[in-house]
Amino acid sequence: MAETSAHTTSPRRWPGTRLTSRQAEWIEKGLWYATLLAVAAVLILPLYWMLATALKTPQSTFAIPPEWVPSTLEWQNFVRVFEEVPFGRFLLNTLLLVVLNIVGELFAVTLVAYGFARLRFPGRSFLFLLMLSTLMIPYHVTLVPRFILFSELGWINTYLPLFVPAFTGSSFLIFLVRQYMMSIPFELDEAAYIDGASRFGVFWRIILPLSRPALVLVVVFTFVGVWNDFLQPLIYLNSPEMFTVSLGLSFFQGTRETNWNLLMAGSLMATLPPLLLFFFAQRQLIGGISIEGLKG
Amino acid sequence: MARQPGFIQTWREMSPARRREMFAGYAFISPWLIGFIVFFAGPIIASFLLSFTRWNIVGDPVWVGLDNYNTIFTNDPRFIKSVQVTLTYSLFYLPLEVICGIGLALLMNRKLRGIGVFRTLFYMPSVVPQVAAALVWVWMLNARYGVVNTLLGSAGIDGPNWLGSPGYILPSLIMIALWGVGGSAVIYLAGLQNIPEVMYEAAQIDGANAFQKLRRITLPLLSPTIFFQFVLGLIGVFQTFTPAYIAAGATGGPLQSGLFYMLYIYNRGFVSMRMGYASALAWILTVFILIVTVIVLRSSRYWVYYETDRDRNK
Repeated sequence: MAETSAHTTSPRRWPGTRLTSRQAEWIEKGLWYATLLAVAAVLILPLYWMLATALKTPQSTFAIPPEWVPSTLEWQNFVRVFEEVPFGRFLLNTLLLVVLNIVGELFAVTLVAYGFARLRFPGRSFLFLLMLSTLMIPYHVTLVPRFILFSELGWINTYLPLFVPAFTGSSFLIFLVRQYMMSIPFELDEAAYIDGASRFGVFWRIILPLSRPALVLVVVFTFVGVWNDFLQPLIYLNSPEMFTVSLGLSFFQGTRETNWNLLMAGSLMATLPPLLLFFFAQRQLIGGISIEGLKG
Repeated sequence: MARQPGFIQTWREMSPARRREMFAGYAFISPWLIGFIVFFAGPIIASFLLSFTRWNIVGDPVWVGLDNYNTIFTNDPRFIKSVQVTLTYSLFYLPLEVICGIGLALLMNRKLRGIGVFRTLFYMPSVVPQVAAALVWVWMLNARYGVVNTLLGSAGIDGPNWLGSPGYILPSLIMIALWGVGGSAVIYLAGLQNIPEVMYEAAQIDGANAFQKLRRITLPLLSPTIFFQFVLGLIGVFQTFTPAYIAAGATGGPLQSGLFYMLYIYNRGFVSMRMGYASALAWILTVFILIVTVIVLRSSRYWVYYETDRDRNK
């Protein structure tokens, strides 16, 4: 212990006190832990409150003062959400959109990133810059004309506007994967070409398997993006049975006298999938975020 | 292709193998190219043209010249209100996001036992979907049953009617957004971990205190990350929509004090179906964001420290 603490914080004299540097170090550590715990308490409170409310009966939901710990645990709430609103439908709808978007992004992003990263052709750097510049343009300029385009196509109140664009690849994800592919040694491609591989063969057999960590990021970002999206479903979907989870929750808030316990149960269920995904992909996610942070 | 003057010539000079590679290249990037034309460039041009028309989606657009822009700038109180709301919010939220983000990252960067658990806890709120996050805060900020006012009450403070009173809507929304600051703290953390330990050791030997280390080492070396995050935050903050829609309401809440610019575009475009007017509003915002971004990018050389500069100074 003494060895590790000497390693992490250097010994310090505290002039004017009778503390030894060792005692001072313990106090300092204690203060840091106290701060960490205080901040954690504040940041976790809303999640705790979501859970606590989700388990309350209607009476204890509206108790004054609020019950910090629910007097009875009403697990039935998680069933009632599915009965009172088509929450199961919302979940399935969202899941369908998530899958379609992931398939679309994986298809387009890998192909385009490979083209930008490994093939040489005139206009490549210009087009790549053009792609990067689209990242600087806020998406809302295209919101109105896209809506018009999709309504001309008769796509309003269908899922098409919510997943077809994914099959053209998101610029940000293409950029991310392209950067990753650039780091794969070119000797691998050359060796494969000598062995008679085609371009698609190199893409499919060499680059794609080696890009797996970047593709995990594509899946995670797409999942979270689609799961959380609110504005687009709000604009394009009209029939409640087609709603996504996010849109359904807001609809649920708006309709009747808000049943906060049920609404929190729904919110909790909406929060779980991205939260679980975050726990599973934590390592790749943090790594990917630091790549993104560095390149900027 | 006008930007590539030698294009035709290059084509003639190309070997068949290079030509094949070119076809392959364009084939591989074609999904993006198609998407760019259909879902990006086309709509942008269309929205520019539409901003000079009056159109409620049924019938044909009517060309009205600069009428939309004229009305927006001279005779639209809701435009003024939404600009005020969005700017006020940005002015408070952006600095707070940077300060809290760095503060949280500094905490997450302590080398203490169990710090991984704290990192996870701090990051967690940023994973909560925006709608769920806004909803739980609406509930917590409830004037009668909300837990926030209960806590304030036990400290002897009479809590306000947060989302029900015009003066408290923006502070509420800032609080909601700051709850998710762990997302940017993680990026600051990555920046902090790239700062070489030797720098702090050298400063230690020179007798620097904690504040001096923060001021002279951490902040300058973190400035590229701060800059990157600030630009992203800037572009994002003007597009605030979901939390405002959920917490303040679709029309902007009492006295429209939560009428964010995007909410106003949504109301004009997708509730009143005034496509031309909404396009003009969107273009004004885009030009504004571009100008602000360019100013911030230009300013970067005065306050952002890049490793390469050091070589130049030597």
